[in-house]
Amino acid sequence: MSEMINEKATTASPATAVSAAAVEVPSYMPRQTLGQLLRGDLGFLPVLLTLVVIAIIFEFASGGFFLIPRNLSFLVLQIATIATDSLGVTLVLLLGEIDLSVVAVGTLGAVVMGILSARFGFPAWAAITIGIAAGALVGFINGLFIAVLRLPSFIVTLAAFIGYEGLLLYLLNGQATLIIYDPFINGIAGSPNSFLPWYLGIGLPTLAVALYIGGVLLDQVNRRRAGLRTRPLWQLITQMVAVVVIVEGAVVLFENYQGVPYSTAILFFLIWLILTKTSFGRHIYAVGGSAEAARRAGINVTAIRIAVFTLCSTLAVVGGILAASRETAVASQIDPLLLLQAIGAAVIGGVSLFGGRGSVWSIILGALIIGSLVNGLALLNGTQAAAEMIEGSVLLLAVTVDAVVRRAQARTGR
Amino acid sequence: MADNITSTVAEMQPSPLGEPRLRLKGINKSFGAVRALTDVDFEVYAGEVVGLVGDNGAGKSTLIKAISGVGPPDSGEIFLEGQPVKITGPQVSTHLGIETVYQDLALCDNLDVVANLFLGREERSPIRSLSEIHMEQRTLQVLRSLDVKIPSVRTPVMSLSGGQRQSIAVAKSLLRNASVVLLDEPTAALGVAQTRQVLHMIRRLRDQGLAVVVISHNLADVFEVVDRVIVLRLGKRVATFEVKSTTPERVVSAITGAEFGALMEANGNDTAGGVE
Repeated sequence: MSEMINEKATTASPATAVSAAAVEVPSYMPRQTLGQLLRGDLGFLPVLLTLVVIAIIFEFASGGFFLIPRNLSFLVLQIATIATDSLGVTLVLLLGEIDLSVVAVGTLGAVVMGILSARFGFPAWAAITIGIAAGALVGFINGLFIAVLRLPSFIVTLAAFIGYEGLLLYLLNGQATLIIYDPFINGIAGSPNSFLPWYLGIGLPTLAVALYIGGVLLDQVNRRRAGLRTRPLWQLITQMVAVVVIVEGAVVLFENYQGVPYSTAILFFLIWLILTKTSFGRHIYAVGGSAEAARRAGINVTAIRIAVFTLCSTLAVVGGILAASRETAVASQIDPLLLLQAIGAAVIGGVSLFGGRGSVWSIILGALIIGSLVNGLALLNGTQAAAEMIEGSVLLLAVTVDAVVRRAQARTGR
Repeated sequence: MADNITSTVAEMQPSPLGEPRLRLKGINKSFGAVRALTDVDFEVYAGEVVGLVGDNGAGKSTLIKAISGVGPPDSGEIFLEGQPVKITGPQVSTHLGIETVYQDLALCDNLDVVANLFLGREERSPIRSLSEIHMEQRTLQVLRSLDVKIPSVRTPVMSLSGGQRQSIAVAKSLLRNASVVLLDEPTAALGVAQTRQVLHMIRRLRDQGLAVVVISHNLADVFEVVDRVIVLRLGKRVATFEVKSTTPERVVSAITGAEFGALMEANGNDTAGGVE
């Protein structure tokens, strides 16, 4: 078997693979069992399967009301807030820290924006900017306590959660719901009148997919030219087909109802770029993997930690503003489940609570699972009680898998 | 960039009789009332592997810390290529081309080999994104120069063997154009085959013209790879041996301070486990 691989490696592209072949010996790689694959490259499969199973169950149980464009469009709008909060939480989780204050901070930022817009008549852009800046400041302060004083993030952000909840009650001054009238603010999250026109709704995602495929192909060509090992063609093609099917499928689905929601997708794309294509993103993973190794490599660990907490709170405010926009109001009552749903989405998707492992795409799967549960149970007229119990069980399962995988990796690692 | 390594190799022809690459003179260091180092001299030439040996508490770590800048000496002089230098911190020594590979290796297990090698000094394209292809090429070059073989440079370091991880840690210092490499117990906790691998890599470092210092408890390994052995005992340099013209027994007696072989037997188990 190992000889076969060797032969393949040397005969595949004799001229180009020279430099790689001198160092890289694939036969050194112990043959991976299915279990190991599931813990590594194919780690998303069980999550994806869970999602499919959940979708099928609800589709049948609800009598065909789950997998229709109208409901799926709602579902995506519903998870936009969870996913955005989860995006920030994921950055913090990658460091091996936690942020319990995301939802409170997100609501606080939305309240600041709402008050400026509704009570003081600030223009939308100014109200939004100041709201986001307030979030950034709050995250920066969290970061200072955690990174400089090295206090446990659990306690610092718990204190922040309670404190900022009080602050937003004070700001709202007893008002339970603050209605927002500004049409621009109400339009960002994608209310029925703010979806992109159909040509942009179809055109932009298609352009993004085309750029993605172009990028993958260019990378492949460049790698081959540089004499590096390239991935087999079937893998590339499978990957591209999957992306095209998923994106275009989603577009067709949304266009059949109201249109394509776009604000959260853009955020995900940005964070994905930061995490995978910049040294800042690389350093986040490094600090999460081994803070000491990162420090010795000359990375300013303190600065990275502060930056990540700032970014997390900023994203939380963006999530809060999206929620306010969707509901055209800010409520003083913080959704008690949102925090756990945000952390849950990340962990269910496969972001490790111990730091250093996880990606942006895992959040989408996790958020879809949580959103499907909430949405599907609502379709079945399930009670809040049932929904919470099921959600709790799924989360526990995800954390268990994370811990077991970690232990298994520690065993086979060396 | 490709020529970078080879060109430095050309400059680094071994010069056994000339000026040492790194020379320490009259190093003193105290921790409170304890004198950890007393008037210690130390030198290592380009293209030479020096073994630094001694019992626990002999001052090996203190001496290494003085060179790496982690614990600057109280007094004494340090010369690099004959030029006096002041090593006041780890950044200074790195800047001077002195790299220390500690036992814990300081690798990020979750990152792949390329990411680890370039950690903290990633190469970026004009639009400030990571230039992965170029980094991967450089990684292959450096690993090839050390004759290291791994499954793929894109595997997480976590899944590599102990010897391979050691190689990655050393390759990291090579990438920074080190001229002096200090290895702290490079073969501790390694199996037989992996130890072979690491010793082979140390020879490759020497062949590239680097000055290599190996701290080890394992005299068998020391004798296999080093050119000279410097022995510390109770904070003083007590002996220097050319490996070609000495025996492990003599080195052990220098380490323990025993004049005759008899004492060796008593202490043999903890200090000279590698003699057999």
